[in-house]
Amino acid sequence: MKYKALSKEAVARIEAELPKYPDRRSLTLPALRIAQEDLGYVSEPAMIDIAEILELTPIQVYDVATFYSQYNMKPVGTYLVQVCKTLSCALVGAASIVEHLQKKLGIGIGETTEDGFFTLKVVECLASCGSGPMMQINDRYYEQLTPEKVDQILSDLKEQGKSALATGPFMLPALQGQK
Amino acid sequence: MPKYELVLLKNMAQPGYTGSLEAYRQAGGYAALEKVLKERTPADIIEEVKKSGLRGRGGAGFPTGLKWSFIPKDHKGLKYLCCNADESEPGTYKDRQLIERDPHQMLEGLAICCYAIGAERAYIYIRGEFDLGAEVLENAIQEAYRANLFGKDLFGSGVNVDVSVHRGAGAYICGEETALLESIEGKRGKPRIKPPFPAIHGLYQEPTVINNVETLANLPHIINRGAEWFASIGIGKSTGTRVFSVSGHVKRPGNYEVPMGVTLREMIYDIAGGMRGDKPLKAFIPGGASAPMMKPEHLDIPLDFESIKEAGSMLGSGGITVMEEETCIVWAAMNLMEFFHHESCGQCTPCREGSGWVLQILHRIEQGHGREGDIEQLENLCRRIEGKTVCAFGEAEVGPILSSIKHFRAEYEQHIREKCCPFHPNATLSMVH
Ligand SMILES: Cc1cc2nc3c(=O)[nH]c(=O)nc-3n(C[C@H](O)[C@H](O)[C@H](O)COP(=O)(O)O)c2cc1C
Ligand code: FES
Repeated sequence: MKYKALSKEAVARIEAELPKYPDRRSLTLPALRIAQEDLGYVSEPAMIDIAEILELTPIQVYDVATFYSQYNMKPVGTYLVQVCKTLSCALVGAASIVEHLQKKLGIGIGETTEDGFFTLKVVECLASCGSGPMMQINDRYYEQLTPEKVDQILSDLKEQGKSALATGPFMLPALQGQK
Repeated sequence: MPKYELVLLKNMAQPGYTGSLEAYRQAGGYAALEKVLKERTPADIIEEVKKSGLRGRGGAGFPTGLKWSFIPKDHKGLKYLCCNADESEPGTYKDRQLIERDPHQMLEGLAICCYAIGAERAYIYIRGEFDLGAEVLENAIQEAYRANLFGKDLFGSGVNVDVSVHRGAGAYICGEETALLESIEGKRGKPRIKPPFPAIHGLYQEPTVINNVETLANLPHIINRGAEWFASIGIGKSTGTRVFSVSGHVKRPGNYEVPMGVTLREMIYDIAGGMRGDKPLKAFIPGGASAPMMKPEHLDIPLDFESIKEAGSMLGSGGITVMEEETCIVWAAMNLMEFFHHESCGQCTPCREGSGWVLQILHRIEQGHGREGDIEQLENLCRRIEGKTVCAFGEAEVGPILSSIKHFRAEYEQHIREKCCPFHPNATLSMVH
């Protein structure tokens, strides 16, 4: 096995992206995303693997990985809870949602629960400004939050691995009868 | 019932509309692409778009047809189109709806643009957090390829267009067009010095057009209904409709498509349902976080590029954020500066360092530790950032600060004089990350 960290599937997925671009370096962002999906975060060995696949130096990959906020440079919980704190959300109560999450999960911002389920983060605008307060958990948005809704979402995720309260396709204001 | 005819949001306003290729074609979709490929020359389309008066919906409002005409016609190598779906200007959430609810509308526009500028390759740069949007687009692209609406020899015209989705990874600056190009090339999103402009040296140093999602979504309609029809909507040099995203203290926040030139009063008090709890309006931002704040005295100004500019702000991305009387303006300015400080790419010293210094002063004023001279110091710092950076981020970040001081200086003074925030007397540092 040539690569240290990435699974065979991840390497294959990265290589499948090659025809989209005229050079290998352009795969840096897609490759980092695939690595993160593979390992849960972007580890140093993973970046070395990516450098090898893309014929770059490891520092070129590291340079990019540390620029973008979505790459986790350290492991995070199974569910990464990211609450938007920017103005439109802040105006409609983002702070109270963050406070509620901190209490409910018993952790501070940037921390992970002991059982490894949840990591709490506070982030900048996620383009959901009219339906705040809102949060993103892994690949889904949860909008127009209340503390009760937050509790439901957390327990859904813990028990079923998903929650029906995830929103989208997005429409605001919603048509009558749309969820 | 909406008061104005919907154009871009029309399909999705039909109950049960799924946004699938079948649904889009039933609504007349891809007829414009077929028409241009069979009947019109690229030069013809550029002329039509110029005549329509369409201007970019991403922020700067640059005339779209003119931008396309800068692409060299005799270029031997490849040309590119990049669709800007980064949507990261705080207060703006329209592209997300255009993508998730009617992806083929923007894809058709994208194909029309590719034909007009002679680009065989397009990338859609979508912000990394839009997982659902990326999924919807990938599916729509696959559907369109299967129907030979993308790929080789479209409608038997010999024209080839390939499109792929390129996902960002969390960086506001990648919405700036040259940072976006760097990001596709697999680098940090650091804006390039212009000139050279992307039309000459863009993606991979080849001629490139960058257009916003909403800009492209307008194209099928311009082709189907003609430039005169488009130009008859709106006022002055701001033609067509615009999808405004309204957020903050209104009763009905949402994406509203209206002809350009509707007043802010109509937008806030009629269309968005008025102020939440019927509280008095204190301030609003008309065009995304980068646009200077405005006051109730500006309510009768029409929402078009020129009028808003004349009033000292900008139409920008069309994100309208509304604040009621009890909002602390120093806190709001501080919140936005936290955003800009976090998002500064770090390339230019005035922006990288200055944003931190401005933020420090705002934090201390808000916490009741403001000093005499702090307001002047803020103004001074802002003037040393504005116009002294590679990209327009410098102007963007000082806009909210300078305008908040201009319109609410007394409130800043009160914070400093009374050594506390009159709105949040127990203010601790907000949520810093
Ligand atoms: C800091 C900064 C951020 C920007 N963010 C976006 C964005 O998120 N989406 C967008 O379409 N344009 C954004 N723009 C504007 C683009 O640079 C560019 O003008 C636009 O995509 C061109 O498309 P248009 O002519 O169709 O508007 C941004 C500009 C700056 C300076
Ligand atoms: S301000 Fe929270 S999503 Fe835009």
